[in-house]
Amino acid sequence: MNIPILSLLICVPTVGALFILFTKSTEKYNSHKYISVFISIINFILSIYLWYKFDNSNSSFQFVENREWIYGFINYKVGVDGISILFVVLTTFITPLCILSVNSTIKNRLKDFLVAILIMESLMIGVFCSLDLVIFYLFFEGGLIPMFLIIGIWGGARRVYSAFKFFLYTLLGSVLMLVAIIYIYWISGTTDVEKLYEIGIDAKYQKILWLAFFSSFAVKTPMWPVHTWLPDAHVEAPTAGSVLLAAILLKMAGYGFIRFSIGLFPIGSDYFVSFVYVLSLIAIIYTSLVALMQEDMKKLIAYSSVAHMGFVTLGIFTMTQQGLEGSIFQMISHGIISAALFLCVGVIYERMHTREIKRYGGIVEVMPKYSIIFMIFTLGALGLPGTTGFIGEFLILMGAFKDNFLVAVIASLGVILGAAYMLWLYKRVVFGELINEDLKNLVDLNKSEVIILTLLAIPSLYFGFYPEPLINTVEVSVSNLIDNYNANLEIYMANKK
Amino acid sequence: MIIDIYYVIPEIFISLSLMFLLLFGVFKKNSSSTVYSLSILILIISIPLILNVPSTGELLIFNESYKIDYLSNFIKILIVISTLFVLLTSSQYLKSIKIYNVEYPILILSSILGMMVMVSSNDLIVFYIGLELQSLALYVLASFNRDNVLSSESGLKYFVLSALSSGLLLYGCSLVYGFSSSTNFSQISLNYGDSTQGIIFGMVFILVGLAFKISAVPFHMWAPDVYQGSPTSVTLFFAILPKIAALTVFIRFLYTPFINLIDQWQTIIIFLSIASMLFGAVAAIGQKNLKRLIAYSSISHMGYALAGLTTGTNEGIQSSVSYISIYLVMNLAFFSCIFMLKREDKYYESIDDLSGLSKNHPLLSFSLLIVLFSLAGIPPLAGFFAKFYVFMAVIEQSMFFLAIVGLLATVVAAFYYLRIIKVIYFDNEVEKYDTNHSIGLKLSLIIATVLILTYFIYPNSLIDFVSKIDLV
Repeated sequence: MNIPILSLLICVPTVGALFILFTKSTEKYNSHKYISVFISIINFILSIYLWYKFDNSNSSFQFVENREWIYGFINYKVGVDGISILFVVLTTFITPLCILSVNSTIKNRLKDFLVAILIMESLMIGVFCSLDLVIFYLFFEGGLIPMFLIIGIWGGARRVYSAFKFFLYTLLGSVLMLVAIIYIYWISGTTDVEKLYEIGIDAKYQKILWLAFFSSFAVKTPMWPVHTWLPDAHVEAPTAGSVLLAAILLKMAGYGFIRFSIGLFPIGSDYFVSFVYVLSLIAIIYTSLVALMQEDMKKLIAYSSVAHMGFVTLGIFTMTQQGLEGSIFQMISHGIISAALFLCVGVIYERMHTREIKRYGGIVEVMPKYSIIFMIFTLGALGLPGTTGFIGEFLILMGAFKDNFLVAVIASLGVILGAAYMLWLYKRVVFGELINEDLKNLVDLNKSEVIILTLLAIPSLYFGFYPEPLINTVEVSVSNLIDNYNANLEIYMANKK
Repeated sequence: MIIDIYYVIPEIFISLSLMFLLLFGVFKKNSSSTVYSLSILILIISIPLILNVPSTGELLIFNESYKIDYLSNFIKILIVISTLFVLLTSSQYLKSIKIYNVEYPILILSSILGMMVMVSSNDLIVFYIGLELQSLALYVLASFNRDNVLSSESGLKYFVLSALSSGLLLYGCSLVYGFSSSTNFSQISLNYGDSTQGIIFGMVFILVGLAFKISAVPFHMWAPDVYQGSPTSVTLFFAILPKIAALTVFIRFLYTPFINLIDQWQTIIIFLSIASMLFGAVAAIGQKNLKRLIAYSSISHMGYALAGLTTGTNEGIQSSVSYISIYLVMNLAFFSCIFMLKREDKYYESIDDLSGLSKNHPLLSFSLLIVLFSLAGIPPLAGFFAKFYVFMAVIEQSMFFLAIVGLLATVVAAFYYLRIIKVIYFDNEVEKYDTNHSIGLKLSLIIATVLILTYFIYPNSLIDFVSKIDLV
């Protein structure tokens, strides 16, 4: 078995993008769209094959490719373990749906849009596969370019402001990470993640390095108080852009916390646990309250994303098997559910050209199918048992209770607030009397919309009832990570005495 | 002595052929396009001649006043190739604004002859001759469009300020000679022993003069006006070649005669570097003219190139040289794009003229997009690697302050590059531009853009060359 399957996964979308860039669409613009859907579905099938071949019982990295890139310095090294493979599959699953959802809303330059999305897919898969810090940084930062263009060219009224804010915020966070990466090279002699796991990083540098990585991941997650770019970016981005942003881009940081902050700097992580707890709790409670007050649907969902990512960071830093598994589960679940919610908002925005909640009400009378699907995802977002949202939050809270009772209690309050803003949103949009005259002409979901949303609903319900496949995949890798973490801490404590 | 001549064949070839071209141009009427093509040919021929010069080890010739080593050969090749591209891109522009004269390529050739002498010099006097040869040609080039007020002004301004800085530099040289009783670089460091006061004085004057040549803050004041006023093809020349030469001379001075004074000059270079990075980034934000903007951007880029030199290590020098190599490719691409903003023989150079460019000229806009993101240092484009190498070298020496300030300055700088991208991609379109560009222009834009875009696939291509530089 010598097929470089991960490199294929990374390259296929880019090759497709180049193909689209240099060809002309024949009849109107549809052929390009179908070519790109086809390419991304090939990628999805590849990733499913990867998951099928993946050995759950092995905690080390699999499908590793290692090639010299810069002499004696950086290797192009990619590989997956139980944690990253799920994100790869999530990426390849969301992208085709994202492209399918592109329709009349993107009027001009559809070709460029598809190219940007495909390149984005390559970069995102690269982030989750890379096993070298420099390669990781390349993919991580490279994603800024297509996303900046997606928001800026095809966004809403204040798109320029949002695109700049998005770009500069994330770049500012990341440059400190670059300093840290280079410094790691000079103190450890390598940027290979696997080797760094083995030899570890000198304890005296860990805290400062942890902070440098944190500055980047916190902006990208986003954590309170650097979350303000997210609502702006979401509101102005086109639907497909919001979906990519919420479903995958935010997960890069959560993944980064698990892979790098905890994996490489256990002592730093241990030192800053309470700091992360406080920020996460503020994010959960404060942004939930802010979400309650929103009048724009996309903004509400954007704030709910911040709150959900607050749960994720909380779960990660509990350092318990349940907490970490819950966080990964929550990220996957949020990836699917928030993508679906943005698509749902997109559906009615396309018809009414407004996202203001006040303008809606009672649309269940004209859009029954829409109301059902929207309800599934609303319940998923608030964590109703039977959806993936529940399992993620439940595991995170379990982990939190193990570690710190008070934190867990406060976080649980966040679950209630989450239910409040989601249900209230649903009530205001779907129920009530149909007062607004315009709404009477609303058309229910068309076939392609039903297909896309159903495809998203299936995994969120299936894994909600039967989470085993996901949990099995991550279990060994997570327990290995935690063992490694605890072993490092013990050695450190012993040396200290 | 006779055998020494063998090693300077490229210089001799260029000087003889430029004299020939001068006579040819004077005696034959309407020969400007012949001279232009001949000078391109001369540059092409001089590449193998330079490659023919042995580049292993260090060779001191002409009474140890001239040095042939890997660095000098590498830089000479860079100089010749980039001049070649400058000439290729600018012929159409020169014709349109009616300065397609015989003197133009001849002045450029004599200027690069001066640069080649500069980068090889191992003696204060030889160095100064080279410097003046390049500068005199540059003064004329800056005011080459003599019917244009801005161009004449920029030539005069450049002349006055540059003469002042040359004076300072010469004063520094005389101080160094006075305190070390030698003009030879290798001798100077041996001669001054423990009494370093006077030498430090001389060194500071020399560094000030050189900082002026590469427009490092606080000696940058001439750059924006000269860049804006000169004809665009000359601006391209200014933005690339004198910087390569002056940076190499920086390396020569810092690492041969003044190597023992590293504690003293390190502080100076760190200051120049930080000031240039920050000032260049902040001052460019308000600019409306593309040439003026690129002046500030080049100030800030020089800051990064100098940051590599502060380290006092081989890695530092290598990173600076690779920075300047990538920088010249980016500038070449950027100016090729500016040359394409032409409508009926009128050239446009304001940022607003780029408005909505992407709708009518998708490929041109795409190249600009790549170049601008690369100038901003966003991975995976070549500009990122340039900065990456520099910061690798800087952080190796634990100079975190410099590294962090430099990286924060890239964030500020990213803002104004993004602003141009915003104008190109997000704004409403203006009229179409001409598309009948010369093949040379198109070719150099394509080559430069492809190099920037695909550099990450095989970064060793540059490292192979640069890693052979060995001075410390």
